[in-house]
Parts: sequence; C-alpha cells; structure tokens
Amino acid sequence: MPEQTVLEVYRYLPDEETEPRFQSYEITYRDSWVVLDALDHIKTEIDPTLSFRWSCRMGVCGSCGMTVNGEPKLTCETFIRDYNTETIKIEPLAHFPVIRDLVINMQDFMEKLPTVSPWLITDEDKPLEAGEYLQTPAQMARYKRFSMCINCMLCYSACPVYGLNSLFTGPAALALAERYNLDSRDEGTQERSDVVTAHDGIWRCTYVGECTKVCPKDVDPAGAIQMLKLSYALDWAKSLVLPGRGR
Amino acid sequence: MTAKPDKTAPLFWLLFAGGGTASAMLLPAMVFVTGVAVPAGWVAEDDLMALIGNPLTRLVVVSLVFLFLFHWAHRFRYALVDLGFGGLGKQAWLFYGTALAGTGLAGLAALRL
Repeated sequence: MPEQTVLEVYRYLPDEETEPRFQSYEITYRDSWVVLDALDHIKTEIDPTLSFRWSCRMGVCGSCGMTVNGEPKLTCETFIRDYNTETIKIEPLAHFPVIRDLVINMQDFMEKLPTVSPWLITDEDKPLEAGEYLQTPAQMARYKRFSMCINCMLCYSACPVYGLNSLFTGPAALALAERYNLDSRDEGTQERSDVVTAHDGIWRCTYVGECTKVCPKDVDPAGAIQMLKLSYALDWAKSLVLPGRGR
Repeated sequence: MTAKPDKTAPLFWLLFAGGGTASAMLLPAMVFVTGVAVPAGWVAEDDLMALIGNPLTRLVVVSLVFLFLFHWAHRFRYALVDLGFGGLGKQAWLFYGTALAGTGLAGLAALRL
C-alpha cells in the first residue's frame, strides 16, 4: 500500500459554482482508517468547507452512505486498506439530487417510506390487561432479516430501476412492507397492498439484485420483493377463482 | 395521488414465473430426451412418437412452449427497460407477439405430427 493516498472527492457548492467538480486530497495512509476517518481528517485538517453526513460511525445509523470507487458503501465501515489503488474516488449516492458535496437530498425516500405503512397494524387494539402480543422465535425468524434495514439508501443508489424511474417505490420501502406483512402480530397486509401492488410498486422490480448485493445489513430487499410478488400474485389468482377470498 | 393496484401485472408475472420454473425444471429434460436420448438410441423413437401422439401430451408440450417463450418475452422486455431502452409501452407487444407466434408455430407442428 502506498504511504500517501489520494482521495478524489466530488465537490458541489451550489452557492459558488454552477457545476460539480472533483477535488483531490492527499492524505497519509493509515491502515486502521475507514473512508469516513479520511473525510473527517480532510474536514478538520485540510478543507473545512467539505460537507458530508455521518453520525454513529458504527454502521447503525445509515447516515454516511456514499459512492466509493463506483460502489454504494457505508463509509464508516469501508476500510481504505481494502482498496489497492492510489486514488479512491468518493461521490454522493447515485440517483439522488445533491444538496452540497457528498450530501444528498433524501426527501423522495422519506416520502415513500411511510406510504407502505412500515409499522404494526392491527384490526383492533387489545386492552392493556390482555397483555403482550406474544411471538414465537420461529414467527420472528420469518421477518427478522427484513427488519435489519437502517434506511441508508444504498439499495436505492444501486438499483438501476430506481435510477431510470424515480417513481418506483424502491427496495428498502418494499422490503419493510414485507417485513410487516410477515409479522404474526400484523394485520395490515391489505392496507399496504394498494401501494405495494401499484404500477410503480413491486411489479417495477426486474430482479437485478444489486440492492441485495450492496446492503450492509444483509436485508435482501430483492428477495423480499420476489416474496411480495408471489404472495400478491397468488392472492390475485385466488380472487379470480374465489371472488372475495383474495386480499 | 392515491396508488391503485396494477390489475394486469400479476397475470404477466405469474406467467413469467411459471415459464422460468418450467424452463429450469423441464426444458433441460426435454432437450435431453429429444436431442440426446432418442438420437443415441437410449429411448426408442417409436415410444416417443407414441407419447406425443396422445392429444393431451401435445397440449402439455405446446403449453410449455408458450410458457418458455412468454418467459423469454417478459425477461427481454424488462432487460431492455434496465438498459434504458424503454420497452414498457406498445413495443412490449412485439415480444409478447413473438411468443404467441412461436406458440402458434409449435401448435401447428404438434398438429402435423
């Protein structure tokens, strides 16, 4: 590994410049540094005008997603040592408008997320005296993988379908819909169905699978969407044979 | 705007998924029997012709051909979408039309056997 590493960082300062550009920063290579450490070093020691999001630094908050050498990554868990190149290119997440430098506008995602009602829905609330909503480990195992999403939006950045058509509900939101559909305590499958099975819902997914590949939490949104497709398609078929029996 | 369920997508997806499953599970066996086992003499040609002579077998084979071709059409349509060529409009029927035409040819061939 070289003693010096060059970070080629996407810069966009809308108040001062009309076009984005790349700016190179040469830093001393440190074996223990993740990309976020290097960006922090640049901001505190070299160029305080550089803007980027971060919070927990431990792969939990989902704030520091960026494109590192062309791939969507959480920069807090992406080690510089894993890139055997002298230059590492850092860009904002693809498919989102850029507010400034590496900071994207996440409004589209924030608006889509609640449309799939990603929370437990019950037909009737139990009185407190009735106790907890119990669940067996096997029932929890059905949805647990899909519940690990940290809303980092790496999957949206990797999804070519979302890149071509931002109306697509997208991987994380749909995976969360399936997470709650699979929950034994939930009765909201029907309530979610209009959004999930809309033209720009699950049917838009062409199963490229990049969302699953880049997910830092192994959520497998592509698998969740295929499960949703099968489930809702079978319900549709049932409703043809037995009207009123489908969702 | 309120989202509404897409009424036709489940039909297309079920045919696509059925075609994919059939292609993966049955097509290799069909190719092996007709393209390898019969020419090699492991399966008698007369036995195969007797099987295909049954109208029910012909119906099943033509239905499978439809599923294989539909799977291709749907996959190809969405591959073009992924590549940024569009493919969700009227041009989609070019692919589905080709699948139907191929099924028609398979049906004609089955009738002539």
